[in-house]
Amino acid sequence: MGKTVVEEPLVDSPRLAGDLAVWLIILAELLAFGILFLSYAFARTFDVALFNASQRTLDLNSGAINTALLITGSWCVVRAVQAVKQDASIASARWLLAALACGGGFVAIKLMEFSAKAQAGIDLSTNTFYMFYLLLTGFHFFHVLAAMVFLTILLVKTRAGHYGKHNHHALETGAAFWHMVDLLWIVLFPLIYVMR
Amino acid sequence: MFNFSTNTLWLLLLVATGFTYWLGESGELGHARMLPVFLIFGFSFAKGVAVVIDFMDLRHAPALWRNLLLGWLAFVIAMILLAYWIALQ
Repeated sequence: MGKTVVEEPLVDSPRLAGDLAVWLIILAELLAFGILFLSYAFARTFDVALFNASQRTLDLNSGAINTALLITGSWCVVRAVQAVKQDASIASARWLLAALACGGGFVAIKLMEFSAKAQAGIDLSTNTFYMFYLLLTGFHFFHVLAAMVFLTILLVKTRAGHYGKHNHHALETGAAFWHMVDLLWIVLFPLIYVMR
Repeated sequence: MFNFSTNTLWLLLLVATGFTYWLGESGELGHARMLPVFLIFGFSFAKGVAVVIDFMDLRHAPALWRNLLLGWLAFVIAMILLAYWIALQ
């Protein structure tokens, strides 16, 4: 009697979305921001009153709007990747454009916030809280700008039809970086803006 | 682990952000209690998990990468909570 071969159902093997290099960069960025977050949190224990008083000068509304913008931007990027996996390049480009608009909104609000602080004479040397505030939000701000540059390049290439169902590695790579920026802000927002 | 659609997840993240904002505005945080701190960073952790698992698509990635990012998030938030607890003593 012949052997009956029972075929195992095909299971998708685990796959990292995007290039390994960007994931290594993400780990390095998370480590750097993690050290800054914890430095801030433990520095606060030495002068809670100063940190609380300084935090109350921050605009919680703009922090919350920026959180919503980054989350919405991330959602748009996810939708862009989903669209390109269905060979819908035009739809994908529109989602990327929407994500860029969210990024643009974030940058505009942040510039207004930085400008207001500069006009009030606040800089890195004002006190420990503002040193951390400017360092953390400024460092994060430049990451948003970098992510927007990547998204712009991806938008141009997506619109030109460079990506599709079987070729979306670059798009996933840019998406991973964008989501990291979102993830960092999700910790930064309550830490800097909400807790007071 | 929960498996929401992308759109539902986006809405949940916005709702969680709205709740965090409300808690910040309510003045509950000025009463030197740990409960609101736990709530706020609990929401932050849940939002972070959603971004890592679904937006970054680490749900389908090798477990090492998923654990690295979730481990980072858990460690950072646990240490922040510890720092706030120390500040309240």
